[in-house]
This record gives sequence, structure tokens and C-alpha cells, in this order.
Amino acid sequence: MKVRVVIRSREYHDSVRLMQVSERIRKERGVDEAILMMATDNNKKILAASGVLTNEVADAKSDDLVVAVVASDEAQADAAIETAIEQLSQRAAGAGIKYAPRTLEAALALSPQSNVVVISVPGDYAAGEARRALNQGLHVMLFSDNVSLEDELSLKQLANTKGLLLMGPDCGTAIINGAGLGFANTVRRGPVGVVGASGTGIQEITTLLDRMGIGISQAIGTGGRDLKEAIGGITMITAIDMLASDPATEIIVLTSKPPCKTVADEVLVKAEATGKTIVVNFLGEQSAVKSSDTLTFTDSLESTALAVAGLLQKPSALTLRTSAEIDAFGQENAAQLQPSQRYLRGLYAGGTLCYEALLFLQDKLDGLYSNIAVETERQLEDLWTSREHTLVDMGEDAYTQGRAHPMIDPTLRMQRLLQEADDSEVALILMDLVLGFGAHKDPASIMVETVQQARAQAGDRYLPVVVTVCGTEADSQSLSAQTKILEDADITVATSNAEAARLAAALFGACNE
Amino acid sequence: MNNTTNELFAGEIKVINIGLELFTDTLTQQQVKVTHVQWEPPAQGDPELMSLLDDLL
Repeated sequence: MKVRVVIRSREYHDSVRLMQVSERIRKERGVDEAILMMATDNNKKILAASGVLTNEVADAKSDDLVVAVVASDEAQADAAIETAIEQLSQRAAGAGIKYAPRTLEAALALSPQSNVVVISVPGDYAAGEARRALNQGLHVMLFSDNVSLEDELSLKQLANTKGLLLMGPDCGTAIINGAGLGFANTVRRGPVGVVGASGTGIQEITTLLDRMGIGISQAIGTGGRDLKEAIGGITMITAIDMLASDPATEIIVLTSKPPCKTVADEVLVKAEATGKTIVVNFLGEQSAVKSSDTLTFTDSLESTALAVAGLLQKPSALTLRTSAEIDAFGQENAAQLQPSQRYLRGLYAGGTLCYEALLFLQDKLDGLYSNIAVETERQLEDLWTSREHTLVDMGEDAYTQGRAHPMIDPTLRMQRLLQEADDSEVALILMDLVLGFGAHKDPASIMVETVQQARAQAGDRYLPVVVTVCGTEADSQSLSAQTKILEDADITVATSNAEAARLAAALFGACNE
Repeated sequence: MNNTTNELFAGEIKVINIGLELFTDTLTQQQVKVTHVQWEPPAQGDPELMSLLDDLL
């Protein structure tokens, strides 16, 4: 084996782009491993773990590019490095991007009618770019995470004084005037406006509504911390005001992980005052504000979509499994397990989907651990090793440092799946598969390939897998095509994330009988 | 140009994308007008210094 490492001084490419080229180089003849990364401190740790931390890499600066290849011989390693560099330069002059300005100001000079800026630069630089955009009078979707709470507050206050919308930081999803920003699905347009502090929460609600023939007017992401006391729901309140005066919006849906109670109450008073119908899904929280003619509270993303359908007097077209069917799934699968197989392992790309499953399963399964558990004693101590029943949100920072989100890059999650399959105590694998803009182009095939490998590793042990697919027919990956790929490989596909959790609960319920 | 929250839903959106090229690609796919900024970390790569400069400018 020959290791070749090249440092390209002050050459920057984004993490997704580098991941895509790495993937392509790995498929070259004789290449065992290919890693393209910016030489940040975190990435150096990953390079060290892969055995390519040369002195040169150790000395490289965070704005230097590392191209590392492990190949059968020197000639193949050199050829792979050359191909990698060629591919990076080709893309810079690629089809989608003809001439690319290097600053916001230059871009604005080129396209003076621009009104929204999407920012996904590394967190250290994100607040600065957002502030520049707001000062230029532009709305901002701040996809970047790792922005401080102080910066978030000052940016939101600045947006407010300028009458602008700041979505984020850490805003994964938005749909503005029918255009999907960040990770979003292709959904029909219609009367429902969604405001969400969670990306996959918005995706699950909007896709379930679309599957019932109900469209979206606007979907506005606020970032995960907007309803914390320190921020006070600034973006959610702005978004409610915007939807209140939008004639296309009849129903407003608000969704968030547990908000600060006082902020939630303030937001709800504001929402109720719009006079529009409001559906509220604050996962795991009961508000002091009571249900009324205009306010409906729901306890899951699925029930949120169903409540909207009810309010619009649309018959539910969601083909959810009946409770008898769910019980039958539990019985049939539990009967095929060996006595050692006792535990659930959930591996999620969507943070809110993981959180929703955790909420539903926590009082049904004894000893349920997670990296996003609220109670300290339920937190997963070792992020890389599951314990008893475990649900992992693999989109959390610890898993995404130096690499793209698991919705784009499935590598880490699929490695974890193989690790779980080696554990003779595992009874069920639960996963989500998120489709849409920005997501992997064929995630079901990657998942099936890994599930087949996992089942081969498990040998005689029966290994059931339940997957919830978040997507629509109009997504480029196609909901039905992805579902068929999974079902053809004996993977149980749930209609919603909540249904996937119900299937899991039924299986363990049957095991305990 | 009046670009306030009241106006955002009134017309089409025109985007400037700073960061992941992926998002320029997905917006182009949707026929949304998008200008991509070929972003690079500022010279010296010192975010604190950049933030100070931003405050001065």
C-alpha cells in the first residue's frame, strides 16, 4: 500500500464538494482510500485516524486543502491525486456556475434584484456574512451551525430593525414562494403556512400534507434555538406576522422541539391574534395557553398533518397501518428473534425525527438511551457505541464535524449500521430516509446494500429493519421508487415517522409478552 | 428596491448563495435565479479579526 498526500496551499472547497470528489476517487482502480479535506484541527483528527497524518498535514493551515490517497502502488496513487485535482478544477468552471463572484457585494452588483441570501459557510465566518447581507437589505437563510447565541440574538435584532427575515442559524429547510431552500421537498402549493424551529420537522409535516393533496404557501425555518429564552422567538414572531398578512395562507402550523414556556406562550398569543387557524406542535410540551376555536395542539408531526387535513375538511389520504396490522407486525417479527435479541437501535439522519421517536418510545422501552436525550441519565455516554435500546441522531455536531450531514453523506451512518448488526443483542434497526433537494440522489440503494451486508454479518440471526421515508412523489428520488427499492429488500417501510415508532413499540411489546 | 418582509411573498425570489455549491445546483434545478459566490476563508483565516473588521466597516 502506498500513501500519497498533497497539500494545496490556500485552496478552499466546501465539505460537500470534497466529499463528492473523495467518493469518486475511491472508485478509481487500485485506490483503497481517498480523503479530500480542508486542514482544520478537527479534520486533522480524522486524517490521523485514517493513518494519513504526515508532518506536512500536521503543519498545514486551516485554509489549506489536503488530498490524501491510499493506493496499491505509487503509480496508481499519483494517478488518483491527479484525477482528484483535475475534478476539483473542472467543477469550479462547471455547468451551473459560469462566473462566480468572490464576495456578496460583487454578487449583488451582478444581480442587483437579489432578495435572499443563503449562507452555508463554516460557522466561524457565518455571522459576519449574515450581518453583511442584512446590512445590504437582504433576507437571510443561515444554514450554517456553530454560530454563538450572542451572534444569533444580535443578527435577529438587526433583521428586525431593518424589517428583514433572518432564518437560522442552523436552519436546514425553508420553502419560499415555492422554491425549496436548503433541504426541502418538492411539495404542491396551497393554503398551509409552516413555521418551524426544526428542519426535518418541517420536511415531515410538508411531505405528509403533500401526500394528502394539501399544499404549502410558505415554510419558514427559524433555527433550532429561536424559542429559547435568550432569543425570545424573534424569527417565529416575524414569520407569524408575515403569514398573517399573506392572503394565500389559511392555516398556520407552528412546530418546534420543547420551547421555553414563556416564549411559547408569547408566540401563541401572537399567533391567536392573527385570527387565522393555528395548529401547534411543540414536541413534548404542554403550553399554558389552552386549545380554542383557532388553536389546535398536536403531539406528533403525523398528527399535525392529520389535524390540518381535518381542519381543511379533506379526508385523510394517508394509508397508515391499523393497530391490528401494527400488532401483527410485532408478533410476526418477535417470533423470529433469538432470545438474545432484545434491543432497538435507531440510526437517524433527521434530528427531529429522532427526537419524536425518542418521545414516543421513552415510556414504552426500559433503558432507552440517546445522544439527544434531555435527561442526563438517559444520555449516551459513548457516542460511538450503543447501549441497550439506543436512538442516535447522526446529524448532531459530533458526527458531522469535518464531513457532510448524513442526509448527503451516508457513510458514517452505514458504518454504524454494520456495527449494530454485529451485536447479537440487536432485535430491530430503525432508520429514516430523507429525500428532496440536497439529499443523496439514491439513498435507498445505499441503504439496501448496507442492510444486505449487515444481514449477511448477522448470519442466522433474523434482523428486521423498519425505515420511515420522508419525501414526495415529485422529489427527484421519487417516494414510490425509493420505497420499492427498500421493500424489495425486505425492509418494512412506514408511512410516517410516528408509524415507524409504533411498529418498533409493537415488536418489543410482543417480545415482552 | 423595497425588500422588506411585506414584499418577500409578493414576487419571485432571487438568491445569492454563499457556501455549498450543492445549494446553487438545487436552486438552478428549480429554475430559481441564483448567483453563486465562490467563497473562501478570509486571508490569515482569523475569524475574530474579520469580525472586528466587519464592525469597523
